[in-house]
Amino acid sequence: MKVPMKVTMRKLALAISLFATAAFAENVTVIRDATILTVTHGKIEHGTVVMRGGKIAAVGPDSEIAVPAGANVINASGKYVMPGIIDTHSHTSVEGSVNEISLPNSGAVRIGDVLTNEDINVYRELAGGTTTALVLHGSANSIGGQSQIVKWKYGRPLAEWFIPDAPRTIKFALGENPKSSNFRPPPGIPLQYPATRMGVEEVIRDSFLKAKDYMAAWDEYDAKKKRGENPIPPRRDLMLDVMSDILRGKIDVHSHCYRSDEILMLLNLSDELGFKVRELHHVLEGYKVAKEIAAHGVGGGTFIDWWGFKAEAYDAIPYNVALMDRAGVVTVVNSDSDELARRLNLDAAKSMKYGGLSEDEALKLCTLNGAKLLRLDHRLGSIDVGKDADLVIWTGHPFSTYSRVETTFIEGDVYFDRAKDLAMRVELAKEKRDRLKKEADEEGKNKKGKKEVSNG
Amino acid sequence: MVRRTFCHPEPAQRGEGPVANGATSVPHETDPSPSSRLRMTAFLALALAALQLSAQSVILNNNGKKPTVAIRNAMIVPVTAPVCNNCTIVFSEGKITAIGANAAVPGGAVVIDGTGLRVYPGMIDSGTHIGLSEVDSVPGTNDVTELGDLNPNAFAAVAVNPHSNLIPVTRINGITSVVTKPDGGIVSGQSALIQLSGWTPKEMVIKSPLALHINFPRLRTASFDEQPQDEEAEKEARKSYSEQLDKLRDLFRDANAYAKAASARMKDVNVKRYDRDVMLESMVPVVQGQVPVIIHANLERDIRAAIKFADEEKIKMILADADDVARVIPDLKKRDIPVILGPILSLPPREDDPYDLVFTNAQKLNEAGIRFAIQSDDAHNARNLPYHAAMCAAFGLPKDVALKAITIYPAQIFGVADRIGSLEVGKRADLFISDGDPLEITTNVKRVFIDGEDIPMDSYQTLLYKKFSQRP
Repeated sequence: MKVPMKVTMRKLALAISLFATAAFAENVTVIRDATILTVTHGKIEHGTVVMRGGKIAAVGPDSEIAVPAGANVINASGKYVMPGIIDTHSHTSVEGSVNEISLPNSGAVRIGDVLTNEDINVYRELAGGTTTALVLHGSANSIGGQSQIVKWKYGRPLAEWFIPDAPRTIKFALGENPKSSNFRPPPGIPLQYPATRMGVEEVIRDSFLKAKDYMAAWDEYDAKKKRGENPIPPRRDLMLDVMSDILRGKIDVHSHCYRSDEILMLLNLSDELGFKVRELHHVLEGYKVAKEIAAHGVGGGTFIDWWGFKAEAYDAIPYNVALMDRAGVVTVVNSDSDELARRLNLDAAKSMKYGGLSEDEALKLCTLNGAKLLRLDHRLGSIDVGKDADLVIWTGHPFSTYSRVETTFIEGDVYFDRAKDLAMRVELAKEKRDRLKKEADEEGKNKKGKKEVSNG
Repeated sequence: MVRRTFCHPEPAQRGEGPVANGATSVPHETDPSPSSRLRMTAFLALALAALQLSAQSVILNNNGKKPTVAIRNAMIVPVTAPVCNNCTIVFSEGKITAIGANAAVPGGAVVIDGTGLRVYPGMIDSGTHIGLSEVDSVPGTNDVTELGDLNPNAFAAVAVNPHSNLIPVTRINGITSVVTKPDGGIVSGQSALIQLSGWTPKEMVIKSPLALHINFPRLRTASFDEQPQDEEAEKEARKSYSEQLDKLRDLFRDANAYAKAASARMKDVNVKRYDRDVMLESMVPVVQGQVPVIIHANLERDIRAAIKFADEEKIKMILADADDVARVIPDLKKRDIPVILGPILSLPPREDDPYDLVFTNAQKLNEAGIRFAIQSDDAHNARNLPYHAAMCAAFGLPKDVALKAITIYPAQIFGVADRIGSLEVGKRADLFISDGDPLEITTNVKRVFIDGEDIPMDSYQTLLYKKFSQRP
């Protein structure tokens, strides 16, 4: 029996990661003599960051920050430190399909139930400085599943990836995907309503109206019970539970969208039905209606580059970020891709080229603004005392295409270190050779054994 | 099993929708009634007209004037010669006429003050679909993939749309020429090297056909696994693999025979007539070694099989894509096979590969002295070509070599280094002016000249930016 090689290798990679993590786990770690991009209070040249108990304990110029006795000190002369990158649109680590494709509203399902902590792309993203992600349901449905905010604690049990005080989130989707424009369902799955942007609006409206009835029915039931009557409870409906919680403000809406008309449709619907949209995702034509988005206090997470891959993406421009940001929209660059998630710093930098954002504004696009949209800016997104010690050391400025990540920390623990990675490659290659040899030997033995039996 | 992102994904396949699960386009299930068919036709015509409007560029093009221009006091980076600080470059009638600290400015020349600015040769993207694709998901706007396995007679230069909106978007970041190539099947067709300006395909072509493109058959059942999952699947995979290889071999055998027949008849009219065949005819320059073959192969096993095939058929081979290129360096070196790397900004092919596998290949080839160039393998985002090269530099490739990989190296590999790829007297004036290193994202390209013509610095995207910057 052949053991699939990838399983073996994945476990090896896990073992390496655990080893790397353990090295600093108990210690106070200090980064010295770095250029620190704090995001909230400018750039500190020759600066020090002290990490203790998973939090940032001190940050400031080398001259003002004492190195605690027994601390593990990293000399980062000539290097840059920035907060861990936050990706508010990821599908990394989802096991199997990202779409519960069968219903226009599949809001009852949860991405958090189908994550794996063994996706190698998580490690690759750590190697690009990304530490936190909103892992979303796909966009096949007008209302998709509930999403999950995680930290990329590769090598640790999944339970540790979830951030305890992170909000609940749900994915909505507008436009070509939920109306199945570029897609036919696989054999056995019927064509699905809706087929137009009108239908998408109707699905969302209908779901909320049903939820209002449902809430009223439960209110009535509770009131009767309080009066000492013995009412029959309404039938529990998992989808309507979710829709009700959105109306109660307990679940944040993150909506996939492209065209300006559909963006306005959702904003209007939110006004009318009394729910809030937290972040518009992709929002490629956000620049056309930036002031309406800003007036609703809704964030925008977009791509810099991708355009023309669908008709609804034809008017996507790299200036979208700058135009939305200037209009007062809390704007982020996000990935929607295991590959792009490794270099969101460079997408942030492009907003300086396309639209002329300042370096400070651009930095926020992949750090603090994401933290705000995920309601985690009290602990993520900048280098401030008391925040989580999620930090990245770069060989140069993270906006330079020539820079590379040296080390990535989450809560003070090392989850990626280039020097260790390089060293481990040698061991990994040896272990791979040994295991393949062992496997081949065993196969040879089995064959021999069978022959003996048949001879006997 | 973890969700996989494909190595060279189309954006629409990147997990952002139903398409993520493998787009299957099935024809309409029921045959529409005549009236509905009529409605459908009318609808399609309307839809096409609408799309035509949006997919045709109204951006100003080159104006046909090739003035005498002198850029003074600039940092000039010729690529094939040392950097010249505070220098002047002069070009006239589309050709570079002088470069140097003391280059004379001819009377009547348009003088551009280059203080604080730099001049570079226009960048060359060694693999794109520019001009062949407008909107990925709309079949009517795509001319990249012909039906069937063998299409040596599909010539990219025939179908390049000179008014594609992708062209201005790409050129205003300093990319002045690109290889545009067909894709799909086993033999995809023949590419062209085009400049990113011109009013007709003919005006755009620098060299066509540039190369025949082969997607070398791959032996595996799933796109990422080195070995098939089970015995049944393995058998199936082997069968389909050898069928594909046979098809490819047959094509070359037939083409050789055809070339022989054609040349025999050319020498002697009494030789028996042969039936003309457009497919085989298009192969003649290939089997005669006049047109090189770009073989796309990614994993070690496929690359080795491709090299073996090239040996057997005595093909002038260029290897492309080639994530596993570092494993076959001696084989490439021995045969002097050049390599087109990219897209660099892509994931490693296997789960246990080093995270930087694709980033480090260029430096390994550079150290080994193997000729190489870098492609974006993109269309809409080919403007990011310099950042593909920069990622190689972040992982060890010297910066000046990274620049060469998108200028002079592709020009050399494609046999056009006498015309483009560097700033040298006598070469075409394909160049751009920037305020810094073009491999850095934060650098801005200020002016672009293609064949000496001043290119408007506008695109569909800059116009949308201007329009919506002014929304009240």
